[in-house]
Amino acid sequence: MKGEGTNIFQRWVIVSCLILVSFFIFPSPLYAEAQADCGAHDTPSDGGGSITIFWSDSADLIPAHVDTLTVYRRAVGDSDWDRLAETTTREKLFLDNNTIDGIAYEYRLEAKDSVSGTQFRVGSVTSSPQWFNANRTVVLVGVLACLAVLAGVMYIQRSGKSFYVRPIRGLEAVDEAVGRATEMGKSVLFTPGWGGDIQRPTTIAALNILRYVATKTAEYRCDLYFPTHDPVIMAAAEEVIHEAYIEQGQADIYNADNVFYTTSSQLGYAAAVDGLITRYKPAAVFLLGTFEGEALILAETGNSVGAMQVAGTDSTIQLSFFMVACDYTLIGEELFAASGYLTKDSKILASVKVQDYLKVIIVTLLVVGAIMATFGSSVLSDWLGQT
Amino acid sequence: MEKETLMEIGTFTALVLTLLIFSFLYKENPFYRFAEYLLVGISVGYYLVIICRNTIYPLVIDKLFVQGELLVLVPTALGCLMFVRLKKKWAYLSRLPLALMIGFGAGISIPAMLQARILKQMSASMQSLLTVNGVVILIGVTSTIAYFYFSKRQEGMFGRFTQLGTYFLMVFFGATFGYTVMSRISLLIGRLEFVLRDAFGIIS
Repeated sequence: MKGEGTNIFQRWVIVSCLILVSFFIFPSPLYAEAQADCGAHDTPSDGGGSITIFWSDSADLIPAHVDTLTVYRRAVGDSDWDRLAETTTREKLFLDNNTIDGIAYEYRLEAKDSVSGTQFRVGSVTSSPQWFNANRTVVLVGVLACLAVLAGVMYIQRSGKSFYVRPIRGLEAVDEAVGRATEMGKSVLFTPGWGGDIQRPTTIAALNILRYVATKTAEYRCDLYFPTHDPVIMAAAEEVIHEAYIEQGQADIYNADNVFYTTSSQLGYAAAVDGLITRYKPAAVFLLGTFEGEALILAETGNSVGAMQVAGTDSTIQLSFFMVACDYTLIGEELFAASGYLTKDSKILASVKVQDYLKVIIVTLLVVGAIMATFGSSVLSDWLGQT
Repeated sequence: MEKETLMEIGTFTALVLTLLIFSFLYKENPFYRFAEYLLVGISVGYYLVIICRNTIYPLVIDKLFVQGELLVLVPTALGCLMFVRLKKKWAYLSRLPLALMIGFGAGISIPAMLQARILKQMSASMQSLLTVNGVVILIGVTSTIAYFYFSKRQEGMFGRFTQLGTYFLMVFFGATFGYTVMSRISLLIGRLEFVLRDAFGIIS
């Protein structure tokens, strides 16, 4: 069985590598250059409803001194032209984003001033949606690269190899914070911030840490409060905390009322959590998730009641506030490594290893891209930056 | 009631609520608590109305009963499953919409974040090494990424390189702290202007 699984992994790695290579070899349709002097085509890589009209600035097409171009449109079969817009001849491109898919259109472009002018027609063209967005090929390559590395590391992990993760001080403090709350006979407060919803990876990472914190509060029989601004996060947190309490055999002390929704308003949420901190005076406050303007308000209030605070977010602007007002701060990536570090689960540790390998790839590409830029080539930079 | 009178009532209410919230600067007290409960209660009611107007009516009631789109029943049923949490026996059913939301959400947001937060940033960081900016950006980005490399002890040459990354981080945090504090002070000034100029007329 194990051998069969290994074969699947090996095949997956090979197929992933082949797909990756194919994307480098075959150019993206995005860069397909229009050969004609003028024309119109369905806008590529969109959800439909758009036609692209293009022209060159060749003297045969547009008189040299004319710089204004008027675009007209009509459905094939109609006699009247609708004036769409006026654009400059230098633009060389006009997007008609107001078409109905399935209907054929033709376009008339007039380039004229008071002295002379010309006009030319293009079409007929029909707009339609595309299944594959070629502008995001680079994202597909990135995701496949991640999956390929993940498959490789999982393969190594299956062979029994253990992974080392360096100490992260903020995470080592989790036990200390819950222990302190227990000794002082006070509660623990955990909140995921106002900025995120359940779909954000940061929220999911925060819920992973919540599970560990809930395990500890259940073990020490300590109260845990979880106020949030999102009803779905509340439902997920209820599940996480309840399961942690059941695991510890403390289902009887689990209190569902301690996990609650405040309000979706940012300042309402900040006021509610502030009030909660000042009234219950928790000994440990965990501010882990996506925070925005409320970060400093909450961290400062937690600090004022003497709580030991562990904060962590990927919101770069708010990190500086956590740095000054909290005892320990998990900076961005450390938050994502947390669940592997805390649980020591070999599969999750393998995912931390995957992230590290991807960082090596990123640094390598950065160095290569910088060297290419030094020699005047922006191919790699343009490819990565395409939208 | 005249418009001016209504405006005066609005200004007076805003002034009282501002002072009630400011009273938190002294300590937590019943006046602050009243303003806090009022803010939370009103905002919950407000968002409930917004959800009804922007989601439930146009996306469920209108589509189902006016346009006759029966497919809307699927997400509606999934949404209703969230309410079965109220009954312990059926609570497990609410995991289905929850799992779908997390799965779909992660599937949509992870590629978007990969593009916006990694690929775009990488593209912008690839600059010519013949300029000081290019060299500083390359060293800054690589040393900061090295700090977040978890599989290796931060010691020796690697440790010194990651130490350099922490200096870059500190410069960034210092700059953002100063910048954001300035914007917060401008918010405070705006509020004080309201109290001293609009409400009391002490300043012009």
